[in-house]
Amino acid sequence: MDWGYFAIRGSRCWPQKHPSGPNVQRTMPLLTQQIQDDDDQYSLVASLDNVRNLSTILKAIHFREHATCFATKNGIKVTVENAKCVQANAFIQAGIFQEFKVQEESVTFRINLTVLLDCLSIFGSSPMPGTLTALRMCYQGDGYPLMLFLEEGGVVTVCKINTQEPEETLDFDFCSTNVINKIILQSEGLREAFSELDMTSEVLQITMSPDKPYFRLSTFGNAGSSHLDYPKDSDLMEAFHCNQTQVNRYKISLLKPSTKALVLSCKVSIRTDNRGFLSLQYMIRNEDGQICFVEYYCCPDEEVPESESSI
Amino acid sequence: MGAEPAGAVRGKGPRARRPRRAGQCWPWFGRRGSMKCLVTGSNVKVLGKAVHSLSRIGDELYLEPLEDGLSLRTVNSSRSAYACFLFAPLFFQQYQATTPGQDLLRCKILMKSFLSVFRSLVMLEKTVEKCCISLNGQSSRLVVQLHCKFGVRKTHNLSFQDCESLQAVFDPALCPHVLRAPARVLGEAVLPFPPALAEVTLGIGRGCRVILRSYHEEDADSTVRAMVTEVCLGEEDFQQLQAQEGAAITFCLKEFRGLLSFAESANLNLCIHFDAPGRPAIFTVKDSLLDGHFVLATLSETDSYSQDLGSLERHRPVPQLQAHSTPHPDDFANDDIDSYMIAMETTIGNEGSRALPSISLSPGPQPPQSPGSPSEEEDEAEPSTVPGTPPPKKVGAEGEGGGGGGGGEGSRLQNSLVPSSSARCSSAPSWPP
Repeated sequence: MDWGYFAIRGSRCWPQKHPSGPNVQRTMPLLTQQIQDDDDQYSLVASLDNVRNLSTILKAIHFREHATCFATKNGIKVTVENAKCVQANAFIQAGIFQEFKVQEESVTFRINLTVLLDCLSIFGSSPMPGTLTALRMCYQGDGYPLMLFLEEGGVVTVCKINTQEPEETLDFDFCSTNVINKIILQSEGLREAFSELDMTSEVLQITMSPDKPYFRLSTFGNAGSSHLDYPKDSDLMEAFHCNQTQVNRYKISLLKPSTKALVLSCKVSIRTDNRGFLSLQYMIRNEDGQICFVEYYCCPDEEVPESESSI
Repeated sequence: MGAEPAGAVRGKGPRARRPRRAGQCWPWFGRRGSMKCLVTGSNVKVLGKAVHSLSRIGDELYLEPLEDGLSLRTVNSSRSAYACFLFAPLFFQQYQATTPGQDLLRCKILMKSFLSVFRSLVMLEKTVEKCCISLNGQSSRLVVQLHCKFGVRKTHNLSFQDCESLQAVFDPALCPHVLRAPARVLGEAVLPFPPALAEVTLGIGRGCRVILRSYHEEDADSTVRAMVTEVCLGEEDFQQLQAQEGAAITFCLKEFRGLLSFAESANLNLCIHFDAPGRPAIFTVKDSLLDGHFVLATLSETDSYSQDLGSLERHRPVPQLQAHSTPHPDDFANDDIDSYMIAMETTIGNEGSRALPSISLSPGPQPPQSPGSPSEEEDEAEPSTVPGTPPPKKVGAEGEGGGGGGGGEGSRLQNSLVPSSSARCSSAPSWPP
């Protein structure tokens, strides 16, 4: 479908459909009706009453310009990577959308996430209470742009974002059977710790152990070292399954962006596998009370020297 | 001139007395003890606030456990501002200055690293239950441990640098002028000043009114000088006001604000001890558990303040060039001896001795001016134009039509002289850009 064609059709039809003026139409009758007939040509169609349910989750992984989107009938997974060491995935399951259709087995494309987020918040990122921006998202297939129809108060904005060929994403091969240690924490316990991380430290050292100190975050900065200890019987600790003492270091610059997800989340699951790979899973409750997940994987830094691991 | 205190940067006039470094580097030999103290409850936030206000002054923090309490001190890089807090042993749940029979310790740490421990005051208030500070001479480590809610424990191992004792030499009792007021009153009084303002002049006007006025350098760019802010406090706002009319000092606002914010949060009274311009001013807060001293350099220039308290118009800075050719009473107020000499010559040559009696380089009381009528000095300034020089700026005339300088000033004067019982602020445009 041609952008110009749609825009003209939309603007011409709108006054007749809504003679009473700009009522807030959560379901975009105009758009739905008119696109319905053309739905077949799209490999992906998704619509959402509240665009913030999508944009908030995407912001949580927005630490690089580009993202890869995978859509299956279960939902959309958006992946962002950096330095071949860290990967963030946002899962927006089909149930979040009011309408979600995928024609093929899977639909994959790469997109400029910054532009996508700008478009999604084109009516403002902090809307007036009571007003919702509705979204309809269509993608025709390889080589076609991603079309966004955003509507708020009867005003429709049409955005067309060019897509790119998908790049291969990293496979961290993080398998739950290889998980050695796992902790589930209430996010409020980590939030402040992450926002106050001593960024003069190159690494964040994570200690997980069945014995003291149980769960420890350490930094080694210009000012000296800091340790943050969480006892396993803390009220913040939802689950504590540590089988063996592991001390791993992760580049602080790679982990810091996960603060965005942490801030939004209510719970976080911290897991390490036998190779010291780290998985951070954030449980995020959206404005409608639905649960979404954002996941960060990170490779460990070089081996921890024996002498330092005990500091 | 930014954040630098005035006394240190200026090249004119006698310097304010600087805090002195007593003692030299103190290497860690001999018996090394260990210090330990425990702060609990709301005192953690008080300690945090104190660190925040110290961080407005210096880059290094001198931490010295003494028998009579824990002292935290700092001095700024130009040594024109010094601050010290002493927390009495009772402030702590547990206080041990050193292991019995051992020497007292002291250490110097980067302010930034100590501040980072107490960075979030909200966090200190909401989640921190107790704070344990220990200093071990053996390991050369300063350990600050925060015990937070949910059993979370934060341990900061801070490395410290060489150690020396820091002691400023000052005695509030020697200052002739003393003001004491609740910190809240003074905090509200400095609120109207722009955040970027470097210095403020504090003076005693007629009727024991205390006046705070924004201070601008003679050579400050015109946009900065475009507005003068003046706040006037009545005698009744002060618990103690023992100061001579005409006394005035100019000091850095940033440091003062730091102490104020501490004193306000602790709901304390603030005492200001001061002397002649150029002599350090001492700001103190005190309660049964702590006391704090801030010693700030003051500008040695008298400015026009002492002559013209309460009259905003008189304070107008006069461009330097004109100052040399056109004698104006204001010019004599600055302590730049060269311009003073030149001004004297021109004055004597053109105006005879008329202008001389009004020259006053030292602060002193001035006869009150009646509101609404042009002052005596105004009369003298007007005819003192030297032929061939630009006409003197009509003080008070800008923004009110050129000709009616005197009348305009009169009304403005009235405006700024209205007796006020509580803090009152008047902002007026000054030199047009």
